Amino acid sequence: METSEKTERVSLFKLFTAFMRIGAFTFGGGYAMLPMLERECVEKTGWVTHDELLDYFAIGQCTPGVIAVNTATFVGKKHRGILGALVTTAGVVLPSFVIICVLTALLANFADIPVVKYALHGIHVAVGVLIINTVIKLVKEKIKDALGYVLAALAFVLVALPVTLKLPFRISPVFVVIGAAVIGIVRMLITDSRKKRGGGDK
Amino acid sequence: MMLYLTLIFEFFKIGLFAAGGGLSTLPFLSELADKYPWLTQDMISQMVALSESTPGPLGINMATYAGYMAGYETFGSPILGVTTALTATASLVAPSFIIILIVAKMLDRYKNSRFVSAAFSTLRPAVAGLIAAAAWSVIGTVLFNFSAATFGEAFRIPELILFAVMMVLTNIKPLKKLHPLVFIAFAAVCGIVIGYTVGW
Repeated sequence: METSEKTERVSLFKLFTAFMRIGAFTFGGGYAMLPMLERECVEKTGWVTHDELLDYFAIGQCTPGVIAVNTATFVGKKHRGILGALVTTAGVVLPSFVIICVLTALLANFADIPVVKYALHGIHVAVGVLIINTVIKLVKEKIKDALGYVLAALAFVLVALPVTLKLPFRISPVFVVIGAAVIGIVRMLITDSRKKRGGGDK
Repeated sequence: MMLYLTLIFEFFKIGLFAAGGGLSTLPFLSELADKYPWLTQDMISQMVALSESTPGPLGINMATYAGYMAGYETFGSPILGVTTALTATASLVAPSFIIILIVAKMLDRYKNSRFVSAAFSTLRPAVAGLIAAAAWSVIGTVLFNFSAATFGEAFRIPELILFAVMMVLTNIKPLKKLHPLVFIAFAAVCGIVIGYTVGW
């Protein structure tokens, strides 16, 4: 999927509406956006590649701010510079902003209404299903070697285990991201020095 | 006027220091509640419930709510509440917006560096693992009751059935290509039906 290599000008309006859709229909924030982002920015339009999206997530994990917003800023900047970044960021924020203002002004106990609670219960199951499908696709497409599988499994266990077992500590994803990056660079340096020493064996 | 400056200062600070998004803004907001009369700890718990039951990034929802309440409590006007909500939300987003613009520029420049591509080559699998962990944190508590007394009670049956049905639906050929929204809407309807009939 190299469609985003040579970029034709994406209209600001299209960027705005796509991110508005993403902002309006993401429940649970953060990673729950991934399936929507994939559909809107990778599969439907080719604005970014799978790899770029993952890179944005990795960076968003280590920089302050809301991951969803960070990703929006990245995509907008890539296509239409600072103005594009403003448009996508505003787009992803706007639905939340309007919905919260309206609900706070009109309905104090929105979260306690039975219909809302029941619908959300179902939606949480759907969000889980959608993220799992995305993970399956990522693992199939992005992991190419044994080290990749080990790193993915390790990242999962380090972050998920302390939460599930209610251990008294948490491991921040920031450390996982930094650790994985360091391992990648070390691997490159090792391959380099082997090549130098080995000389002949390609 | 003072309130606007306070909101800009406080939410810019939260936007700058709350990494990891979502609930990581919570301790900062609770500090605000201690400091200012327009936010209380009670409002915060209501804010979390509201933010989790509406779409959009949690951090944004919470900033909008706190900003709205600040204006509403201080001026007694919903219109001015919207202006303070806008102030708080824009201030929360500003630091990460600026940082991402800088990072994007650097990424463009060093895109072809061997160090950067080596780092990303292992980062991508690790991020897949992180996303799996996020999926587990969503689905784990929905499908299982980890504090159940007996083994049998640990399984939430209606949830597990809906989950299995949706796993199949989202993976069969003609439906696979549907927009994620369709599945979210379907699950919302199922949620309401099950809620009023069998009960969750």
